[in-house]
Amino acid sequence: MADLTTESRPVRYALTGIALVFLFLFLLLPLISVFWEALQKGWALYLSALTEPDALSAIKLTLISAVIAVPLNLVFGVAAAWAISRFEFRGKSLLITLIDLPFAVSPVVAGLMFILLFGANTVAGGWLQDHGLQVIFAVPGIVLATVFVTFPFVARELIPLMQSQGADEEQAAIVLGASGWQTFRKVTLPKIKWGLLYGVILTNARAMGEFGAVSVVSGHIRGETNTIPLHVEILYNEYNFVGAFACASLLALLALVTLLVKSMVEWNLQRQQQASTLRTAEARLQAQAAQP
Amino acid sequence: MSIEIRNIRKQFGQFTALDNVSLDIASGELLALLGPSGCGKTTLLRIIAGLEKPDAGQVLFAGTDATHTHVAERQVGFVFQHYALFRHMTVFDNVAFGLSVKPRRERPSQEEIRERVMKLLKMVQLDWLAEAYPGQLSGGQRQRIALARSLAVEPKVLLLDEPFGALDAKVRKDLRRWLRELHNDMHITSVFVTHDQEEALEVSDRVVVMDHGHIEQVGRPDDIYEHPATPFVTQFLGDVNLFHGRVDAGQLTIGNYEQALGQHQDAAGDAAVAYVRPHDLDLSLQADGALAQGRVEHIHAVGPVVRVELQQADGQTIEAAVSKERFRALGIVPGDTVYVTPRKLAVFLQEAAGQQDYVI
Repeated sequence: MADLTTESRPVRYALTGIALVFLFLFLLLPLISVFWEALQKGWALYLSALTEPDALSAIKLTLISAVIAVPLNLVFGVAAAWAISRFEFRGKSLLITLIDLPFAVSPVVAGLMFILLFGANTVAGGWLQDHGLQVIFAVPGIVLATVFVTFPFVARELIPLMQSQGADEEQAAIVLGASGWQTFRKVTLPKIKWGLLYGVILTNARAMGEFGAVSVVSGHIRGETNTIPLHVEILYNEYNFVGAFACASLLALLALVTLLVKSMVEWNLQRQQQASTLRTAEARLQAQAAQP
Repeated sequence: MSIEIRNIRKQFGQFTALDNVSLDIASGELLALLGPSGCGKTTLLRIIAGLEKPDAGQVLFAGTDATHTHVAERQVGFVFQHYALFRHMTVFDNVAFGLSVKPRRERPSQEEIRERVMKLLKMVQLDWLAEAYPGQLSGGQRQRIALARSLAVEPKVLLLDEPFGALDAKVRKDLRRWLRELHNDMHITSVFVTHDQEEALEVSDRVVVMDHGHIEQVGRPDDIYEHPATPFVTQFLGDVNLFHGRVDAGQLTIGNYEQALGQHQDAAGDAAVAYVRPHDLDLSLQADGALAQGRVEHIHAVGPVVRVELQQADGQTIEAAVSKERFRALGIVPGDTVYVTPRKLAVFLQEAAGQQDYVI
C-alpha cells in the first residue's frame, strides 16, 4: 500500500544521506581526529601528558570552577525560573533580559568587565588585595568569570518548562496542607527534574569548556591559573600536539559521558513508564474478570 | 461548616471580578455558583479556598474570620477544573499526599494511610487503579481521583471548579448523579462552579446566579427557574422569546394582547419586555387572545417535543415547543400562519431590561 504521507524513496535517501554526511564531517570527524592526534605517539605519552604537574593543576582548577559554578547557577536558575513563571512583579521583563546578558555579551568583554571591576588598580580590587584576596589573575577571578558565562543555562531551560506546566499542581499541594518546601520537593522538583538535569549538564559542559572570559582574567600562569582549555591553547602554541590533544580529548570525553548519562537517564525513565502501563493493563483485565 | 461571605471586592487591574458580593452558605448544603465566563464565580470560589486574596471584605468559616487564614490551614478540599493530579505520582500516592505531608505528630501511620486511601479509592470505585499514573486514566477517572484526593484530608468544605467541564456528555451525566449521591452520604458543605445551567439546576440545593461580578439571584433551582428575578437570569437559564410592550398600572399591553399582571402596579405606561420560554407558548390557528402571529419557518420534530420556529412580520423569530400530540392535532406545515398565546410570562420594565443586555 502506498504511504501518502512520505516522500519518494530517492528523496528520502538523499535527505538522510545529506544529514549523515554533515554529521560525519562536522561532528564525528573532528572528534575522531582529537583522539587520533592524542594517541598518535602511543598510550605512554598520552598518559604522561595528562599526569604532568601543569596538566593536573589545570584539571584541578577546571573541576574547582565547575564545582562552584554549577551549584550556584543551579540554585539561582531554579529561583529565577520559579519567580518568573509563578509571580507577577515589577521589573520582571528586566530580569528576563538580564538573565540573557551573558549570552548577548562576548565572553572576552565579560572577562574585561571583571578586570575593570576587580583589577589591582581599581577601588574594589585594591581594597580586596589589601585584605589578602587577589581576584584578577587568580582563582577567584576564574570562578567569577565561569559563573557569569554559565549563568543563563538552568534558568533558560526551566522558564518555558515551568510556564507551560502551570501552577495548578502546586496549588493543589498547598490546599492539601503541604508547606512551601514540601511543595517544591515533592511536586515542583519531580516535574522539572529532566529540564533541570539538562540545564545542569549544559552548565557543566560550558563551565569546563569556557575559554574567552576565563582567558582574559586568568593571566595564564602555568600550574596556577590555567584551566584545561587554556592549557590546551598554550601547549598547542608550543607545538606540543600530543599534550594539547590529550587534554582536549578529556573535554571531548566529558561531552561523550554527558550524552551517555543523559540517554541512560531517559531510557530508564521510559522503562519505568512502560512497566507501570503494563501493570495498569493487568489490573484493568483483572477488574474486568472480577465483574460478573 | 457554614460559610459567610461579606462585601467581597476583587479587582484584576482595570477589571472588576467581584463587586461587593455577600453570600451565606449553610452548613451541609450543596451550592452552585452559576454564570457566564468572566462573571466572577471562579474568583469567588478561589477566595473561599484562600487561593486568592480579596481586596476588601471578609470570609467567615463557622462564624470566625478566615480572611487571612493561609490556604493550608483552611481545611478545604479543592477540585481543580483540570484535576491538577500530580503526574509523577501513582493514583495511590496522589490520594495519600494530603496525609503524608502532615507534620509528624499529626500524621497517621503508614498502615492507617494505606487503609484510608484504599477506602476512598473503593468509594470512587477505582481501587483497581491504585498503581496507575494519572496519564493513564480517562477524564472521568481523573476527576474521581481528584475528588478522592481532596476528601482524604477530611475537609470541612469541598470546593469544585467546573467539576464536569472537561468531560463528554455521557460521563458528565453519570458523574453529576454520583456527586449528588456522594453529597447525600457525606453532608459536607460543598460549593461548585459551573456555566452550565442544566448542571446547576439538577445537582445543587441552591443556585447562585452571577453576572459581571454581582450576584443576580440566589434560590432553590425550581424557584429560580420559575421566578427569575432579573432579565439576565431569565435569559441565562434557557431559551426565551422576547415581546416588547407597555405596562400601565399592572396591565400589560403588547399590540392587541392584554394581560393583568400581579406586579408593576405603579407603572404608568412604562415600556416593558415580556419573556416567554418556548414550552410556555401555545400554538393555535385562531387569532383570539393571541400574543403574536407568525409564519412557520422550520419544524424540528426529533424527540418528545416538537420545536416550531415562527417568523413574525417584522422579521423577529419566535420559538415554541409543543408536545407531539398537540403538534399532530394542529397539523401545521411550513408556510402556515399560526398564533401564539403565552401560558406564563415574566415581565420586566424596560429600564431594568436595558441595563442587563445579555448576549449569548
